[in-house]
Amino acid sequence: MIELKINGESRQFDGDGDMPLLWFLRDELALTGTKYGCGKGLCGSCTVHLNGQAVRSCVITMSAVSGSEVTTIEGLDAEGRHPLQIAWAKHDVPQCGYCQAGQIMQAASLLANNPKPDGESISDAMRGVICRCGTYQRIESAIKSVAGGEA
Amino acid sequence: MSRHVQNLAPPFARKALAAEVSRGVDQAVVRNVSRRDFLKAGGVLVVGVSLYASGAAGTVAKAATSGDSGQGDPWTPDVYVTVEADGTVRIISHRCEMGQGIKTSLPAVVADEMEADWSRVVVEQATGDKKYGDQSTGGSLSVITFYQRMREAGASVRAMFEQAGAQYWQVDVADCRAENHRVVHGPSGKSADFAELVQIASALTVPATDQLKLKTPEQYRYIGKELHSVDLEDIVQGKAVYGADVRLPGMKYAAIARPPVVLGKVKSFNADKAKAVAGVERVVELPAAQAPVAYKSLGGVAVIANNSWAALKARDLLEIEWDDGPNADYNSKAFKEELLKAVRQPGEAVRNEGDFDAAAAAADQVLEAEYYAPHLNHMMMEPPAATASVTAEGCEIWAPTQDPQSLIPMAAEVTGLPPEKIRVNMTLCGGAFGRKGKGDYVDEAVRLSKEVGAPVRVQWSREDEVRHGYYHTVSAQHLAAALDDKGQVTGWRHRLAYPTIFSIFNPEATSPQTLELGLGALTLPYAIDSIRLEKGGVPAKVRIGWLRSVCAIFQSFGINVFTDEIARARGKDPLENLLELLGPDRTIDLTSFGMENKEGHPFETGRLRGVVELAAEKGGWGRELPAGHGLGIAAQYSFDSYAASVVEVAVSEDGSWSVPRVVMTVDCGQVVNLDRAVAQQEGAAIMGLGFVRHGRITAKDGRIEQGNFNNARVMRYGEHPKTEVHFVQNHLAPSGIGEPGVPPFAPALANAIFAATGKRFRELPIGSKV
Repeated sequence: MIELKINGESRQFDGDGDMPLLWFLRDELALTGTKYGCGKGLCGSCTVHLNGQAVRSCVITMSAVSGSEVTTIEGLDAEGRHPLQIAWAKHDVPQCGYCQAGQIMQAASLLANNPKPDGESISDAMRGVICRCGTYQRIESAIKSVAGGEA
Repeated sequence: MSRHVQNLAPPFARKALAAEVSRGVDQAVVRNVSRRDFLKAGGVLVVGVSLYASGAAGTVAKAATSGDSGQGDPWTPDVYVTVEADGTVRIISHRCEMGQGIKTSLPAVVADEMEADWSRVVVEQATGDKKYGDQSTGGSLSVITFYQRMREAGASVRAMFEQAGAQYWQVDVADCRAENHRVVHGPSGKSADFAELVQIASALTVPATDQLKLKTPEQYRYIGKELHSVDLEDIVQGKAVYGADVRLPGMKYAAIARPPVVLGKVKSFNADKAKAVAGVERVVELPAAQAPVAYKSLGGVAVIANNSWAALKARDLLEIEWDDGPNADYNSKAFKEELLKAVRQPGEAVRNEGDFDAAAAAADQVLEAEYYAPHLNHMMMEPPAATASVTAEGCEIWAPTQDPQSLIPMAAEVTGLPPEKIRVNMTLCGGAFGRKGKGDYVDEAVRLSKEVGAPVRVQWSREDEVRHGYYHTVSAQHLAAALDDKGQVTGWRHRLAYPTIFSIFNPEATSPQTLELGLGALTLPYAIDSIRLEKGGVPAKVRIGWLRSVCAIFQSFGINVFTDEIARARGKDPLENLLELLGPDRTIDLTSFGMENKEGHPFETGRLRGVVELAAEKGGWGRELPAGHGLGIAAQYSFDSYAASVVEVAVSEDGSWSVPRVVMTVDCGQVVNLDRAVAQQEGAAIMGLGFVRHGRITAKDGRIEQGNFNNARVMRYGEHPKTEVHFVQNHLAPSGIGEPGVPPFAPALANAIFAATGKRFRELPIGSKV
């Protein structure tokens, strides 16, 4: 039996320990804000926080997250009003929106660790999360607005 | 053209095929259906606009203009505008939302004309139903096709509220005007909310279309302004529902091993290892695909499980022996030579003005160059996924789909159910770019649900999509220009060859069709005396599908890079050369190329010149640049819009390059939603950049060689340029914005690289180093 906390709630899993966290979130818990994009940790659509750090939930197995604390987009802020979510809306970042939970979770982890990142630090953090619609310029503006304290 | 092709013509083809395909939109019919269908609800105004010009349209139009009271043929209007008792306005969006913002933009047009307060408008997604008219969302056609109808729908409701106000106060309607969800009586200053007037309005007759007073541009409240997407809050909170987010009680999860070669078949398989995976319930063989492949399932072997992971894991454990079939001889390297061979010899002339051969014979110099562009995959972030629930009573589908109505006959054929028993729910598309107009993944879900007797969700992995997609075609072009002794361009010859999109509907189709050639090649706007376009024939060995901007991507690349080559040969500045080739402003008759002149959308070369000049101005053409930097320019008319790009490239000593700045200019007539229109151009720049840097799908022995984002690469954060977008300000009939920005980008970048390095690139992708 694997036990862990997801968005502050205790959860148990007794299935295949090789199952990536992504599918537990989506199929078992109906936390569908976390998206499947590649299954290989290449695109970042599935990004969640594991003990406060951004990880790709499509390649982290359930065995590996036993006893951990996981935060998904649904748990980032109780009211859905994390400064980045507000900034994302203000800059109207999303086009199709599919990757944006991953983008926001990646950016939230970056700012939690480094509240005033320079351009290079933002690139290093965000390069792993692909947006095919091409919203990068607005992602940049949104992150910088929060890092600069405007939100 | 066969009926099969007519019915499944790609969206960008539909408009031009209007005469053949009975999906034309000729006439808007607006009427109040409150009394007949909604009277019992009390105080609710429901107005429908018919967007579907079927044989019954005449009847409907007559009924509407004569103040029909609900007798006669049953009639279901296509777009409902509902005003509820509390004044809430509900507008149905019948097109597919895939990131382009149409679910916001078209309802905003209705809201603007009806003077609704946008904060009191709720937009609802339609199901797939022929009563909505054409729902096949592609070809940048939504606004072109529906803008006027939406305005008329909104203006009808506004007129009804003004009339209701006049009745309420017993005053002259000429003194009443709707204003932001209220009706104001000018002389007295009295006003009433729509909520107060809805009961009266619901009993009124809808005014005839020719009685409507549409707003003038200075009165627009939302049109041309910046409106955020209606799904924005749901998206940033992770609540928006995409294809794979649908969950039904008792639902099974499926993953499928498809034939690695198109039209391949299962010879034999062993599912023992797959069945041993915990959670796996069944293994089902799907029937092999047969030509024409159209949007049908590719066949293969499906694993049905109680979760996605078990299905995907077990699918990879299937041991299958394949019969690869007739396409196993497809090798991209050899096919490139076949394409080049085709364009090195005369083809079938499809445009021929003057005498190119005579011009070449008399020329001082004949320039020649060959261009090549590979297959591309859509690479939308959401791989195909669809859920279907088939019972004896009906079939319900939930899918991210650009063409919901195409799924109905497909599901009817699989299930044996009548079309009216099939319901198609449209989720948001997590990117589409043309891919989700082809519902092979829905066909799979319907087949599997029927087979297992439970709701089934089919999930494609990324590798599934990269290896079993519908690919942007692969092309070769040979261009030649005759220059006389004064350096004037006297002749232009363009030979091209590529597998046609129409091959998925008709295996006999082996050469480009007018609809494909019309995306840049037929429409060459240059004032040159002798112009000849020739096409060659090649077969299709994979499924060819339209991808954002379609053939304009490579046709624009060949034409605009060759134009830059001509400038260099003439010793002219590329901007000056381009403007000179465009010649005097004139209207080009598209019917002379076998195309259609769309009403309200004549092809004006002056508008193309306009975007070129605007791009040059905003991009600082001719300015001093740092060492290693270069500027390139290109322009393209496509999807009834005019677009130009000025791209600045920075090349390092080691040959690595980046794009620090891009200026995108567009003339699409009246901009409908400025924020989303800008976003589309920002995205177009990123997509165009990705085509130049990475975009390439190749086949070996009929199998696609790439599989995931590691080798089918797309642009990442940090590689993005500073993109500036400028629209030509006018109030002409609005045209497409989703696709026109893409085509000029790649050639402008290639031209910039030449300006920076003197190296000419004629093949895509160029790669990360030059």
